[in-house]
Amino acid sequence: MKPAAFDYVRAESLDETLDVLRNAGGDARIIAGGQSLMPMLNLRLARPRILVDIMRLKELRRIEPRQDRIAVGAAVRQAELLQWPSLDRELPLLSLTLPWSGHVQTRSRGTICGSIAHADPSAEIPLALLALGGEIVLRSASKRRRVAACDFFLGVMATDRNDDELIEAVEFRVSNGRRCGFREVARRHGDFAIVACAAVTTDRGVRLAVGGVADRPVAREFETLEGSALDDALNAFAWDLDARDDLHATARYRRDLVRMIGRELIAEVTQ
Amino acid sequence: MTRLAAEQRHRIRFTLNGEAVDRLCEPRMLLTDFIRHEIGATGTHVGCEHGVCGACTVNIDGQPARACLTLALQVEGCEVRTVESLADKQGRLGVLQSAFRKHHALQCGFCTAGILISLDALFARRADADEAEIRDVLTGHLCRCTGYAPIVKAALEAATELRGDISHEPIDA
Repeated sequence: MKPAAFDYVRAESLDETLDVLRNAGGDARIIAGGQSLMPMLNLRLARPRILVDIMRLKELRRIEPRQDRIAVGAAVRQAELLQWPSLDRELPLLSLTLPWSGHVQTRSRGTICGSIAHADPSAEIPLALLALGGEIVLRSASKRRRVAACDFFLGVMATDRNDDELIEAVEFRVSNGRRCGFREVARRHGDFAIVACAAVTTDRGVRLAVGGVADRPVAREFETLEGSALDDALNAFAWDLDARDDLHATARYRRDLVRMIGRELIAEVTQ
Repeated sequence: MTRLAAEQRHRIRFTLNGEAVDRLCEPRMLLTDFIRHEIGATGTHVGCEHGVCGACTVNIDGQPARACLTLALQVEGCEVRTVESLADKQGRLGVLQSAFRKHHALQCGFCTAGILISLDALFARRADADEAEIRDVLTGHLCRCTGYAPIVKAALEAATELRGDISHEPIDA
């Protein structure tokens, strides 16, 4: 399994990266850490004509606070965010989720934005971004635009990003005293989730986000946090996710996990 | 802007096990194939070629990484270390390797090179790594022979010895 041939561009500035994307008409792909894209290339599920390596662009290698958010640039590796000294305080949900995202051997190279761009429905980083109410900052040669996480993920490995756009950064909303929790069921720690759930307290109740079940991560706000009314609401959520049977688990098992983990997590964050 | 054409071979320079590498390769060449076929260092094994099995794990700038998910061109200017760097020039096994041998932490040995590299990087970062951390690192590797228990045992003994808590008795027969 080897990638098909491509031209390799070692980008030296953001402008030239955006120029390549504009001129390639969908035939160029950005490579950062490569931990999602390289398997796609090796399996020839992706055959871009041009690969643009952005890892030498220092301006994309920043973790910076912006008002009530933390912006993570396109070249920031998952291991770097995990080692960021303020992570526990500012983004405790990511302290919980990142250790579940791949393995130490893939987090060392994989980037935060790369996982968002790849949009695997069972991936932990898109789930955390959705649970926290984050935004994706997209940049093309002509403009910059922001998309809320809830509007960005469109389906299995499908996003709102246009071919000429680069994910310049993603912005996570800081915790600001909100409580959070995370739980995942997978065959092996670090493998793709059968079901992953993240919960964050909000002004009205708890936002519960679920990955691994629908064709994208999905979040719902729960206002009633106890009793059979909560069970009914979680059950309705589990059915609305339209789970399917696959090699790893049955749809029913997935719904069971959503109901059970959802209940546990909501209890945990509202204790 | 540096644009390297698909069908041509391009110059690449990096450090492999302390020695400078200055060669040519096509953009699509994986680091695994470059190390094995161009350099001829066959200690790094190729398993699944999509990042799952961990057999090809090498050390890039101090971090364990999948060589099959890395293009050779991506390590331009980097310091890469493979399993060949763990024994000394005379071929004597390192502490971790000796512990693997003593505890029968390998049978067929296919996964071993990658596991050694991951554990070596762990101990370089955290000399007092405990069993939970060792097992966490091992989740990134598949071993179909040992059931992992002897690997954990060997790793724990190597960690103890690397911290200088016990004296090592040579086991060369």
